[in-house]
Amino acid sequence: MDQKTVAYDSKVEGEVIVTQADAVINWIRKHSVWPMPMGLACCAIELMAAGGSRFDMARFGMEVMRFSPRQADCMIVAGTVTYKMAEVVRRIYEQMAEPKWVVAMGACASTGGMYRSYATMQGVDRIIPVDVYVSGCPPRPEALLDAMIKLQDKIGRESAVKNLTASNASKRVAAPKLAGAGKEN
Amino acid sequence: MAESDFALLKERFEYLTERESADHCAVNCPAEKLVELCTALRDEFDYDMLVDVTAVDWDAQSPRFTGIYHFLSTSKHEYLRVAADCPDDINPTLPSLCELFAAANWHERETYDLMGIRYEGHPNLRRILMWDEYPYHPLRKDFPLAGIETPLPAADVAEQTGATVIAAPMMGGPFVSSGDGPMSQTEPRARDESWTEKKEKPTN
Repeated sequence: MDQKTVAYDSKVEGEVIVTQADAVINWIRKHSVWPMPMGLACCAIELMAAGGSRFDMARFGMEVMRFSPRQADCMIVAGTVTYKMAEVVRRIYEQMAEPKWVVAMGACASTGGMYRSYATMQGVDRIIPVDVYVSGCPPRPEALLDAMIKLQDKIGRESAVKNLTASNASKRVAAPKLAGAGKEN
Repeated sequence: MAESDFALLKERFEYLTERESADHCAVNCPAEKLVELCTALRDEFDYDMLVDVTAVDWDAQSPRFTGIYHFLSTSKHEYLRVAADCPDDINPTLPSLCELFAAANWHERETYDLMGIRYEGHPNLRRILMWDEYPYHPLRKDFPLAGIETPLPAADVAEQTGATVIAAPMMGGPFVSSGDGPMSQTEPRARDESWTEKKEKPTN
């Protein structure tokens, strides 16, 4: 019997990189974020600008805006969330498939902003869990790009299969931890 | 409104009284005569466009609510304001103008929503801005700007998230003008109604 090498032969199999599953899965996820534009007010205009050619979100792999929650994995809440709209935002969020992330774009979505009134929800984090908050009224497209890059970092640091493990499976039914829930008003 | 027209109107409807106004002509009209007056305005005086329907809450005064209507004549290019006091302070009502002007439909719904004036004869008097179950009329003088704590419109979302409609924190606001004196000195300033650990939350 010839002595055969068991080592990897690049001539036969091409080039291979050895890595962790998390790193690969997260790398794939963070470079194809499909945002769902939840455009509720003027922030949506800046969101559109960020998607356009001047600011070009496509450079970071997140230009595929989907207007169906089934096809999106990152909800960008851009604008004022009224109490009447809150139900809709929550339902659309629930329709998005896991894994999913939320960016609260602008002062209104983050905290209610200038609308300290009876009609405006004081921050969308009262009904859905927010990953990244963007300040500004409205934020410049650069600020949104920065937030999306921060979201990519965050995705990269996650455990890629966190929602598949047995310990988390039971928790999935319960509502996610919310900043607003049980908060002293 | 031309002087002659105005005189004609007052002569024809003797219950009209002239109303103080900083801009265009304005008249007071009793609520029960409103439909009669507006029919004549539309058909005989060429006020063919209903521009706005709104209302005033005079707070402690009686009559407490006054319905305001703005008419425009597209041929004469003149505005006319009609004001009608609601006879009842507790359950204010006015006759609906939906039969006369299609524009009245949504305007009356808005005024009903925010002021709580019921328009009798309206084909679909539901709230238009706030959700159907909302218990208050937010533009009334006795309603606090921040709002009053109430349940969320969707019960299941409220249950899942524990969120409610809260009285909004004022954070230094509201920003209001004192309104008296020259404009340079009556810029809106923060009337500090915010609450912190040190300062108690104001009760509604």
